[in-house]
Amino acid sequence: MAQAQVAPPGQLAVRLSGIGKQFPGVVANDDVNLEVRRGAIHAIVGENGAGKSTLMKILYGVQKPDSGTIEIDGSRVDLSSPADAISAGVGMVFQHFMLADNLTVLENVVLGAESRHGIGDAARKEVLRICESYGLHVEPDQLVERLGVGERQRVEILKVLYRGAQIVILDEPTAVLVPQEVEELFTNLRELKEEGLAVLFISHKLDEVLSVADEVTVMRRGSTVATVDPADVTARQLAELMVGSELPSPTTEASTVTDEVLLAVSGVSLPTADGRPLLEDISLQIRCGEVLGIAGVEGNGQAELVEAIMGMRPGVTGSVRLGERDLTALSTRARRECGISYIPEDRHRHGLLLDSPLWENRVLGHQTRPPSARGMLIDKTASRRDTERIIEQYDVRTPGPDVLARALSGGNQQKLIVGREMSGKPQVLIAAHPTRGVDVGAQAAIWRHIKDARREGLAVLLISADLDELIGLSDRINVILRGRLVSEFDPSQVTPQQLGSAMTGAGPDAETGR
Amino acid sequence: MTERLTKPLLAVAAPALALVAAFALTSLVLIIAGDPTGEVWSTILTPPEARNVVNVVNAATVYYLSALAVAIGFRMNLFNIGVDGQYRVATFAAAVVAGEAWLPGILGTVLAVLAAVLVGAAWAGIAGVLRASRGVSEVISTIMLNFIATSLVAYSLRRVAVREEGSNIIGTREIPAESRVPGLPLLGEVNGEIYGFVVVAALCGAGYWFLLNRTRFGFDLRATGQSPEAAVASGVNVKRMIVTAMLLSGGVAGLVGLPILLGSAYTYGSTFQSGIGFAGIAIALLGRNHPVGIALGALLFAYLEEQSNPLQILVDVSPDIVKITQGIIVLTVVISYEVVRRYGQRVEQRRVAQALERPEGERAGVTT
Repeated sequence: MAQAQVAPPGQLAVRLSGIGKQFPGVVANDDVNLEVRRGAIHAIVGENGAGKSTLMKILYGVQKPDSGTIEIDGSRVDLSSPADAISAGVGMVFQHFMLADNLTVLENVVLGAESRHGIGDAARKEVLRICESYGLHVEPDQLVERLGVGERQRVEILKVLYRGAQIVILDEPTAVLVPQEVEELFTNLRELKEEGLAVLFISHKLDEVLSVADEVTVMRRGSTVATVDPADVTARQLAELMVGSELPSPTTEASTVTDEVLLAVSGVSLPTADGRPLLEDISLQIRCGEVLGIAGVEGNGQAELVEAIMGMRPGVTGSVRLGERDLTALSTRARRECGISYIPEDRHRHGLLLDSPLWENRVLGHQTRPPSARGMLIDKTASRRDTERIIEQYDVRTPGPDVLARALSGGNQQKLIVGREMSGKPQVLIAAHPTRGVDVGAQAAIWRHIKDARREGLAVLLISADLDELIGLSDRINVILRGRLVSEFDPSQVTPQQLGSAMTGAGPDAETGR
Repeated sequence: MTERLTKPLLAVAAPALALVAAFALTSLVLIIAGDPTGEVWSTILTPPEARNVVNVVNAATVYYLSALAVAIGFRMNLFNIGVDGQYRVATFAAAVVAGEAWLPGILGTVLAVLAAVLVGAAWAGIAGVLRASRGVSEVISTIMLNFIATSLVAYSLRRVAVREEGSNIIGTREIPAESRVPGLPLLGEVNGEIYGFVVVAALCGAGYWFLLNRTRFGFDLRATGQSPEAAVASGVNVKRMIVTAMLLSGGVAGLVGLPILLGSAYTYGSTFQSGIGFAGIAIALLGRNHPVGIALGALLFAYLEEQSNPLQILVDVSPDIVKITQGIIVLTVVISYEVVRRYGQRVEQRRVAQALERPEGERAGVTT
């Protein structure tokens, strides 16, 4: 069996010393030192861009460090590909799952590792043995497309273990999970640890880190700044280590909600060919100065709802009104011209032209309106000037408006998008995961802008997977489950756990139980 | 300052790199074949005579229009392989319209040009509509349409053609003298005339640049080419954009055969030059879809072909060797652009990082 020699717990599994990695223009890693013991869960926390992912890629052989050494189980190794890392016993579970939907769990696990136990009974036996010994509950013959997010993640972990990993890296594994699934994951991780594996856990959700980790290493600006015992620190202290400064919080001030309904969505459905609608009879109203939060597990219709309101989705029934105007028959462009702004969920795909300069990205979505356009022409001078205004007001860190969008960091890209969408006096702001993947500094700024928007009387639809963000910013929270709005909460009364229950359909408030 | 310099330098570096590689590889082919490498290059690189220059400019005019048509598609991530079919159908239509002389003189010319543009646009539009409505890849449909164009033109030619005296060549009725586009004897009468259509080609180039870089429509087109999802989110109707872009591309493709038709051939027959559309793809790649780059690429291709003509007589090497060079250029150009693009990206990122580090250090107190 591949699980050759499991070293006794407490022994060093990984030692990284003086790791440095330079990318052009990016703080990647600089003098990173890390020691991970067997039989322990070691968390790595840090802001986005602090160098966590780079470090993990180095340990998984995706990237070679410019300097420093990697020791695994006491002997120095040279990892120049993931294959090297796997044979050294390092496995990685990526944030985005890499599974073939149309294959079974067993097939997915064996795929690419056929040389270990073949593809027949021996492989099945081994998979079952791993499931058994690490307490991973998955049905080997189930098709992956039928699995939920938490189960898919277990398949990913299973894949890594099947390849003989003794050191398991998980890149932000909880980002896609609801609180209940997170608990399950943590139980699995504790099993792995009991069996003597070393678990490296990357996250920026500090409460989770504190609840599961045995050791926490904090990274900032590419370097490891401290390794602490979770028993000795609070989440706040950790966060302050991460950012090196005072912390923002998403709490809103006094309500600014008025009686005037700005955005009214009624009876919106999106039927599909297979009979299970993506959206079913959704009605919501957002008033002037109100933030309506939508909570839900990803893939329950949030993206479709946003696209329905923006007019990007063919086949949607029902109506959308903005104040007195019926938008139902209007195109996306016309809706934008009426004053609906849109911060898309995936800024690289929907929000930016990565290979275009910032000023052209300022024009995007505003092609027909001043200052971007003059008649049928694009007004470059005015667009550049207005881009400079956004750079100034929204603190976009860039040398100027002619830089390509790709060259900016995620947080700065997002600040540019927020600035753009707040331009041209919008009435409604649709913000889908506005702070996903941005650093704490940018997050605070974006929260501030959303609060400003609310105070200026915009109607804001906020979709987020970050329950703290939803609770902190919203005036009301609706829960979306399988394409339906199933319950409404008052953010001042609700806890993340209650929201989580409603999101999975398990809670008492949910209309549709399993 | 350095930034001002690096951008144009990088832009020139890619084609230069590609050309050097292409010449090296062609030399290798010559050496392996045992042909006199040095003499081949000295023949090709001999300064051309005035009459050769005229030929080069004329051929380049045709190539230029073809490459522009391809480039319009490229800017929107549409691969219009069908320029070849589009220009043949369009040129045939124009030849019939002008040859039948339904309108006198210059009016006949205008009508012929209009017919060519409309027919070319319609032919490409079929692929556009198929792509927008049914999701059929324009690569496949335009290739198919090329075949259909060949048969359609051959068939129609038989219906309308007049046979030349004592020859098997058939063609459309010859265009009356007053409907032809006069040439420009820029290098003296004896050396031949440059197609008057060169002016039209230049105007097309300028129009292309203006449309893409200055208008809302051009912005939408480029945005769609870069990221259809982002374009949709910004309010572009992508389906309409696909059809419009194909119509435009086809419209320009319709012009491709006209310099020859209205400037020297005066009839569309079975011997009318073919394959210009494919050369256009190569030239658009080489010219990086930039109107000036395309012009240089078109001139280079035309030059290589013109200068290779005497190879057979002078050094006993088939002029087809330049076809190899052209083919290699297309391959190397794609690679070297990618290499240079990545390098440029790194330079840009480094520049951004440096620019951000410095001022933040300097005005630390001001910003925070």
